[in-house]
Amino acid sequence: MKIVIGKGSCGIAAGANKIQRAFEEIFSVKGLDIPIETTGCIGACFLEPIVDVFDDAGNKITFVNVTTDNAREIVEQHIVEKQALKDLQITEADMTMIGKQKRIVLKNSGIINPEQIEDYLAVDGYAAAKKCLTELTPEEIIDTVKIAGLKGRGGAGFPTWFKWNAAYKSPGAVKYMVCNADEGDPGAFMDRSVLESDPHALIEGMLIGARAIGANEGVVYVRAEYPLAIVRLQNAIDQARESGYLGKNIFNTGFDFDLRIKAGAGAFVCGEETALIASLEGERGMPRLKPPFPAQKGYWNKPTNINNVETFANVPWIFRNGGEAYAAIGTKDSKGTKVFALTGKIAHGGLVEIPMGLTLRDVIYDIGGGIKNNKEFKAVQMGGPSGGCVPDSLLDTLIDYGEITRTGAIMGSGGMVVMDETTCMVDMARFFLDFTCKESCGKCTYCRVGTKRMLEILTRITKGLGVDGDIELLEELCYKIKEGSMCGLGQTAPNPILTTIKYFRNEYEDHIYNKKCTARSCKALLTYAISEDNCIGCGSCKKKCPVQAIDGEKKKVHKINQDLCIKCGKCFSVCKFEAVLVD
Amino acid sequence: MSHETHEHGCGCGCHDEKTNPYEELTPVLEKYADVPGSLITVLQKAQEIYGFLSFDLMRTIALETDISIAKVYGVATFYTQFRFEPIGKYLVMLCQGTACHVNGSERVEEVVMETLNIKEGETTADGLFTLNNVACLGCCSLSPVMMVNDTTYGQLTPDKVKNILAEIKEKNHSQEGQK
Repeated sequence: MKIVIGKGSCGIAAGANKIQRAFEEIFSVKGLDIPIETTGCIGACFLEPIVDVFDDAGNKITFVNVTTDNAREIVEQHIVEKQALKDLQITEADMTMIGKQKRIVLKNSGIINPEQIEDYLAVDGYAAAKKCLTELTPEEIIDTVKIAGLKGRGGAGFPTWFKWNAAYKSPGAVKYMVCNADEGDPGAFMDRSVLESDPHALIEGMLIGARAIGANEGVVYVRAEYPLAIVRLQNAIDQARESGYLGKNIFNTGFDFDLRIKAGAGAFVCGEETALIASLEGERGMPRLKPPFPAQKGYWNKPTNINNVETFANVPWIFRNGGEAYAAIGTKDSKGTKVFALTGKIAHGGLVEIPMGLTLRDVIYDIGGGIKNNKEFKAVQMGGPSGGCVPDSLLDTLIDYGEITRTGAIMGSGGMVVMDETTCMVDMARFFLDFTCKESCGKCTYCRVGTKRMLEILTRITKGLGVDGDIELLEELCYKIKEGSMCGLGQTAPNPILTTIKYFRNEYEDHIYNKKCTARSCKALLTYAISEDNCIGCGSCKKKCPVQAIDGEKKKVHKINQDLCIKCGKCFSVCKFEAVLVD
Repeated sequence: MSHETHEHGCGCGCHDEKTNPYEELTPVLEKYADVPGSLITVLQKAQEIYGFLSFDLMRTIALETDISIAKVYGVATFYTQFRFEPIGKYLVMLCQGTACHVNGSERVEEVVMETLNIKEGETTADGLFTLNNVACLGCCSLSPVMMVNDTTYGQLTPDKVKNILAEIKEKNHSQEGQK
């Protein structure tokens, strides 16, 4: 018997360490000698903390949303008295959420112990690398990736084989294999989860890629905000080195490859490959013009290949199962699976991995369980600050690089933020512009000044100060910034504005001409009033109002003085009789 | 430290102390002396040791690594991780990710600012709390989220935030009392 606790960052944030301490305490009091093991993230964040109890025959029972009180029940009633405790267990419905996925990248996540290389080896780990190093030539490796049709999962969707081939063909004795783990999209955490839950899959993928291009040195550039990912990856690198999967003469082939971690210091633009290289070299992370491409002149001016975490994590599976098997999954142009971080106003948020070719509706409703609190779906944001908002009418769009791009959004790295009727789309555009404006490196004038000007206009509109011509001015700026920026950050920064204007122009117009925010989210545009029918004159709103804008005698209808009201909404939240109206 | 370039009484502080005030940094500087491109790593380690990068500390790093002070400052100010002011005992990090924004992080921010009476980037007068907005913390399912030092608090509401901050204050008060 053993118990296994899911301890990714999100599990820990939900209280996994507290739960572990509770189990340890109960075990020691009761004198039970049951090992407690760690696993990564299964992806069902809404069920965290998750505890698996394995009986002696290896059968698994999964308990979800475990509290310290539940821990006692699980030990006393389930482990000792052998009761099922059905109401604490994962439900059939939640199981199907996980069952509907196709797991390649997340195959081992939440199942193996990411801190033990033995666990990875037990699921055929490093077998693909062994095959590539001992049986295949670099050309054959690149060819297999070409057959598989793997595209870069970081956002741009560039064919992986093409990049590998360019780096392979590039002359030079010293080459570098770099992994971009600088996952900067606000609302995306796929790569963090892989690093925390299955770090050896990344190492194996990089080893195979390094063999293909002829690199003996690799670097993983990880966001500094991911401390646990750095610890687990470093541990995995050390173990792989001890076991001979990194270092000199790997699999007795004479091939050397070693790997180190470089912690980023917080700059979204470092996701752009030339900026990432500058940052690796200790400089300000500012992009430069291409060509020369990194495959010709990259890290220290040597041929360099850069892929993101998810891309590398696909590679071992491709070699275990064959390029054809991978290409059999998905659509004509988009092969394999894609991991998404499903968040926002979604019922079942978390990490999901699905075969390409499902529709957005499948993901949001079938897997994600639809919208939280029975609200109405409004849009799904894909691709973060470089992406866009896809409306209800396009929910049957296939998950495919080309199809998603046609909506104006992008596949992106995998952020999928679901929004309901209470999300204001103008405010959403403002939110992303605030982000890109802060993250612009400042090199290109259009990006540096343009994002700032657009942010000012959007802020003005959300404050009720929009004027006729603002929408057209925004559109003009959008196209100019796209054309006048050198790197992806500036070229895509206008996307959140363009898609919201395209699909939700009426919301912009409401803000500008009618001074109304239909989502009731832009504070400056709201009016609070008290309903004569519902108000019983209890006085709680009057007491709570920070500016004494509410007047009224006890047991008589109260009134809000609009000249004094600062629209803080405190009266609305405190009223128990639904007497405060917002418009 | 190479003092030759500075006149005595230059006002930069390099002659004021005979002992090296950044002794703990010496092994770091030695370790990375021969590794090209290590400036960011050195700055990270320095911040780990001293909590923030003072101008004096950055100048020391510049002199020791033979990198111009302008470049050290340029690199340090480029990245959001680096701080140039000391921080409070408790660093409150408010997540500004998309999921948190959609789920009402703005209200949370207002309440924190109101309760602590500070703005983003500031430290309370008693040196207890510093407020920082951060990009996504990566636990979007618990949004809105904030982190106080190493502890993550999720599914925040205005009341919950007030309680958390009050509890921390209370705990600190009783700890100080014991001392």
